[in-house]
Amino acid sequence: MIQIDNLHKRFGKNQVLSGVELTIKSGGIYAILGPNGSGKTTLIKSILGMVIPNTGTINVLDTNIKNGWRYRKEIDYLPQIANFPSNIRVGELIRMIKDLRQKPSEENKLITLFGLEPFLDKKLGTLSGGTKQKVNIVLTFMFNSPLMILDEPTTGLDPGSLIRLKKLIQEEKEKGKTLLITSHIMQFVEEVADEIVYLLEGKVYFKGSIEELKQKTDQVDVEHAIAAIAMQTTDA
Amino acid sequence: MLKILKYSFYDLMRSRWSYVYFLFYLALGFVLLFLNNDLSKAVITLMNVIIVLVPLIGTIFGVMYFYNSKEFTELLLAQPLRRSTIFLGQYFGVAGSLTLSLFLGLGVPFVLYGLFKSDAIFNFTLLLVTGAFLTFIFTALAFNIALSNENRIKGFGYAVLLWLFLAVIYDGLFLLSLIVFEEYPLDKFSLAATMCNPIDLSRTLILLKLDISALLGYTGAVFKKFFGTDFGLLISLVVLLFWTILPIWRLAIKSKRKDF
Repeated sequence: MIQIDNLHKRFGKNQVLSGVELTIKSGGIYAILGPNGSGKTTLIKSILGMVIPNTGTINVLDTNIKNGWRYRKEIDYLPQIANFPSNIRVGELIRMIKDLRQKPSEENKLITLFGLEPFLDKKLGTLSGGTKQKVNIVLTFMFNSPLMILDEPTTGLDPGSLIRLKKLIQEEKEKGKTLLITSHIMQFVEEVADEIVYLLEGKVYFKGSIEELKQKTDQVDVEHAIAAIAMQTTDA
Repeated sequence: MLKILKYSFYDLMRSRWSYVYFLFYLALGFVLLFLNNDLSKAVITLMNVIIVLVPLIGTIFGVMYFYNSKEFTELLLAQPLRRSTIFLGQYFGVAGSLTLSLFLGLGVPFVLYGLFKSDAIFNFTLLLVTGAFLTFIFTALAFNIALSNENRIKGFGYAVLLWLFLAVIYDGLFLLSLIVFEEYPLDKFSLAATMCNPIDLSRTLILLKLDISALLGYTGAVFKKFFGTDFGLLISLVVLLFWTILPIWRLAIKSKRKDF
């Protein structure tokens, strides 16, 4: 599904990614974890072609993404902070994205699921953070693409919506899709992720299942295991 | 690209500023015609306003729109679209809506005052065409500046400086150089220097077409010989076109390499 080789990215003097090697196989949920500033978002944006790497290659669905754009048809992306143009209405935004992608979509089911009907005629700038995130989720899940990238999907959601989101994620996985998720909420990661990719100082520090991670760090729960990695490296 | 253009255009058509701009030109057109009661004279006065104001509005609108639509741009970047499509679509949306405001705002009063029956129609058309060129040129320059500067304040500052330089300072330096080097033949130099600034070029083009070059003395005669002819007009329009294409081309190239 995704093959990343020797990926380097520097912003000015700040070396964010320094030689990422990563293979993501088709199907399953991959959680990309790492401390703040470890390059999670940069990695995701590189896959999406929003950040141009200094060196290295990225293949998505067996094609090199350099200078490409058509491959994004196969990706649904949920951006980190729902930063939408503030002067357009929710309904208009949904129609616009549909118009741009020209793919079959099932937005009505999702709008009902998250109770967004009363907001369809409201401008995005007037919505609360949680409602914006719901709109964000509708825009991402309404298409049926084989690869989904979710950057902090739980931000601002109330418990009810969080449960619905988890259910949605499971449904997508059952369809055989590949999902990349970043999150700082370990309970959420433990519930949904099949495999963990731990980024540290711009490299993949650990890749494997949750069980392997617990064994490696001698911890009983994920939160402590992740913290243990961070501690080890600061001690060393 | 047409889809992005359509959305940017609609977005701007709904914004208050497009109407303010339109109403300003509408009011300007009516006031000038009311005071002058003569289409040809109104065209000359109008030229002085347009030559300075259109670039300023284009610059400020361009920078403002680019920074304000940052979220929209990021949303589009994750969609299956070419980068040049996104940026050129937005650019043509802004420049197009500004040009439309200019055309409608000035067109309506002049048509009502009997433009089609007067002989000022050619001069007026030339005025609108140069106005459109200036809008496209300065919006493109503004987009370039905004794309290269992440910091809004800096970007805004550079854009205003660029306008100030081309609209005011350039003329000052030009005049100064004419005084300093007055011993030498300067016709060719002044022709070239005029070509290098889209504002000066537009001004000279309109002035000479309006047949008031006699006021300009010997240099005026040289200029008239050049710009007054069809060949001169053609060359000037080509240079204006070049001024438009160059920043658009840079915009397409630069946007490909930028990180978001």
